[in-house]
Amino acid sequence: MTAPETSIKNRPQFINVRVLRQDEPGAKSYWELHKIKYEREMNVISVLQRIAAQATTVDGKKVTPVAWDCGCLEEVCGSCTMVINGRVRQSCSALVDRLLADNPDEIVLEPMTKFPVVRDLMVDRARLFRSLKRIQGWVPVDSYYNLGPGERIPREDQERNYPLSQCMSCGCCLDACPQYQKIELTQNEGESDEEFEQRQNAEFDEAFIGAAAISQAMLFNNHPTGKALAAERLEALSGPGGITTCGNAQNCVAVCPKEIPLTRSIARTGRATTLHAIKKWFER
Amino acid sequence: MAASNQPARVVVIGGGLAGLASTMKLAELGATVDLISLTPVKRSHSVCAQGGINSCNDQTRQLGDAEWNHLDDTVYGGDFLNHQPPVKEMAMWAPKVIELMDRLGVPFNRTEEGFIDRRRFGGTLFKRTAFAGATTGQQLLYALDEQVRRCESEGSVRKFEFWDFLGPIQDETGRCRGAVAQNLTTMEIRAFPADAVVVATGGCGLIYGRSTMSVFCTGSAASRCFQAGAKYGNAEFIQVHPTAIPGADKLRLMSESARGEGGRVWVPRKAHDPREPKQIPDSERYYFLEERYPEYGNLVPRDIATREIFDICVNEGLSVESDRMCVYLDLTHIPRHELDRKLGGILEIYEKFQGVDPRDEPMKIFPAVHYSMGGLWADYVKSADGGLEAGAPRNHMTNIEGLYAMGECDYHYHGANRLGANSLLSCIFTGLFTGSSIVNYAASQTSGADDVPESLLASAVQAQQERHDHLLHGNKDSDENPYLIHQELGDLMTRVATVVRKNDQLSEAMGKIDELHERAMRVNLADTGAWTNQNVVFAKALQDMFPVAKALLKGALQRDECRGAHFKPDFIKPPLTSEDPTERRRQAEAWCDAFQANNEKYLKSTIATWNAETNQPDLTYEDVDTSLIPPRPRLYGLVGAEAIEEVWNERAAATAADDDTNRYADSH
Repeated sequence: MTAPETSIKNRPQFINVRVLRQDEPGAKSYWELHKIKYEREMNVISVLQRIAAQATTVDGKKVTPVAWDCGCLEEVCGSCTMVINGRVRQSCSALVDRLLADNPDEIVLEPMTKFPVVRDLMVDRARLFRSLKRIQGWVPVDSYYNLGPGERIPREDQERNYPLSQCMSCGCCLDACPQYQKIELTQNEGESDEEFEQRQNAEFDEAFIGAAAISQAMLFNNHPTGKALAAERLEALSGPGGITTCGNAQNCVAVCPKEIPLTRSIARTGRATTLHAIKKWFER
Repeated sequence: MAASNQPARVVVIGGGLAGLASTMKLAELGATVDLISLTPVKRSHSVCAQGGINSCNDQTRQLGDAEWNHLDDTVYGGDFLNHQPPVKEMAMWAPKVIELMDRLGVPFNRTEEGFIDRRRFGGTLFKRTAFAGATTGQQLLYALDEQVRRCESEGSVRKFEFWDFLGPIQDETGRCRGAVAQNLTTMEIRAFPADAVVVATGGCGLIYGRSTMSVFCTGSAASRCFQAGAKYGNAEFIQVHPTAIPGADKLRLMSESARGEGGRVWVPRKAHDPREPKQIPDSERYYFLEERYPEYGNLVPRDIATREIFDICVNEGLSVESDRMCVYLDLTHIPRHELDRKLGGILEIYEKFQGVDPRDEPMKIFPAVHYSMGGLWADYVKSADGGLEAGAPRNHMTNIEGLYAMGECDYHYHGANRLGANSLLSCIFTGLFTGSSIVNYAASQTSGADDVPESLLASAVQAQQERHDHLLHGNKDSDENPYLIHQELGDLMTRVATVVRKNDQLSEAMGKIDELHERAMRVNLADTGAWTNQNVVFAKALQDMFPVAKALLKGALQRDECRGAHFKPDFIKPPLTSEDPTERRRQAEAWCDAFQANNEKYLKSTIATWNAETNQPDLTYEDVDTSLIPPRPRLYGLVGAEAIEEVWNERAAATAADDDTNRYADSH
């Protein structure tokens, strides 16, 4: 890899940033152009921080700060996913010098496309976390008392599981997936928050679960205690919106910022669910 | 009432390691929990912890280690400002905590035989640290996140993610009866009645503008408790991590594990040597930590490593670059496959953000604000064996009855300086250990969550609504911008209250911060809307940074000594100068006298209470429980350490003999 400084010859004085904004769910989206001073070693987070502080467009119009989600700023929390120059990624690791090397005219920021927009670049990723319940993504231990160590684990198992366990639920793989379709419901008049959540969950549970959760199922099925729920997980992945919905486009693995071997997990799931179906047939 | 038949209802604020450990343990003990977090709990700042988690283990035991040594290293590293009973309990629990995390599926690195692998961290000579690559915090957090998700699907936990804790609800006796929080999407303000409230909201790094902390770590939740009457301890003790990657938005941590795995810190002996680092032969490199601290080498405690790097760049002028301060952290002598296996996560961070592969080229790093040792004061009940009394309701309760504090936002465990890989431990330990204390407290109350008067809840919501509305519409004529004030605050704090502290600068800063505080109270917001208004949420957090920042500055100003991370060159204890044995002995005696006198004055917790009338913290000082391990001089690398140690040991032996004589006399 080359140093970012060397990839850009003439440092500009200003950067143009085009942001696709939306005031609230269901509202019409609109473009807004911001111009900020160039500084060394900027990333899209610091760009958005400058935009928030000046809250004025390129035409001098006073506007509200652009809303966006962020957390750790070092690509381990998964908060700051958005579409930058047409590609879904984390905004903290989107370095301005690199972006300008690709497109010196402007940086284009859009919200993720497969999740409902809350406001501007903020989206609602509740479905992503719901999918982790769908596959029972946990180790079903007896209790949280001290009961001695867990089983000994061979190094190769750890080395297979650790990459899967780095999934930070950022949603890049889902946004890039052709089979993963946006679900956007609105709360009905008189419907309580709980009722709405239930209706929404029912909808989520029928739709494609996506690469991240499939890979998590493989993670837990490969754990000595976690595999106690292996059959339940495979069952969940055999139903509607499960593994058979995957169209093998392989976009997921291409956009994963953690380079998690998602397609390998998908292939393993495919084999495991087939075996699971055969086993079930024999046990009838 | 909570007492007889109802399960305890607890509100937990914060979903990092401490909050999640607390939540799942409470759920296991039959409580129902409302978990309130600024962010989906899986994204909490604990994910940023890299290096590992400490415990005495089977290997170290066979080399002479025991829980007691872990306690000793922790309090020695913390310059004896730690409360020893909780630290002892933590050290005793440490092996069990790691075993539990192992059972929960944390992919700890393994030895060839399949045991949990360990590495060495700063401030100890034992390999105590278990790790999962270089993303241990992330892996531990995920394991707890998964268990809490399980509790959630079983119905014992309700999560309120993207909610901001605005303050505790207190009845006329001052007892905490719940919490007020705000939905960050709809901006709805709601009361959450409870039998007990747990605050596990982490550190306050954002007071410094840029630090290694996540954007959530404003310290505002702790500050809101502080302003409601909770005491705040040791605010001035802020850990500056020796190795971070400088950046425009954040200073990204480069884990101590890089040194734990053999990383070496150096600078060219010739200032700003223009050669590529690899072209500089060993003889022209200054491995200053190894030369100055032959025993611990690159793994001296963090405060010392930080000061040495600072000293090399600022005083010796040996920074690698001329226009920016940094030193090399070099891993290039370690085989690539080993680096990938043990440090992959952090090396990728460096590669991604700096565009340079640290396996080929030494990293350029500089210290950054990293951890708050201080935090909300909380009580504990000491057990007969010198640890904590399990199940005692007062464990980790703040001085506001029913309000608990744990994790980074408490103040007991790390004294004046935290050892690496002890923070993950203290967070999980406090969360697990206090479960029974909280449940017992709830059970002892005759009036519980269901009995909180409606009027009390309504008035608490009303007060917060007024604050919110005032911020939106109250300062129409002002041109104060919260983001710009935050930058000024960060610059000021970074300049006067990090590695080196001077009284004239601190006094001056206290005046400036008053002015900034006043300006922050008058901010005029660019967004006055009622939907996902991040502007007003940030403005509130900014305003609430000031009480903690003021306690920090005042605590630092009044503490005229050097202790752990708090370093004042004007009050440094000098090395011994004489080579003559008699004179050297006399100097060592004098050194020990001065050390003892200083301890009598300053071996105290700084306790701040917020005075709403003056808008200032009032400070008092409390004794620290050092009943298990008597304080001794911290002598890493000091010239004359041997002579001082000799005098000190003689004195300690004499004191011990005196104690024995007295005990003998007493028993007759």
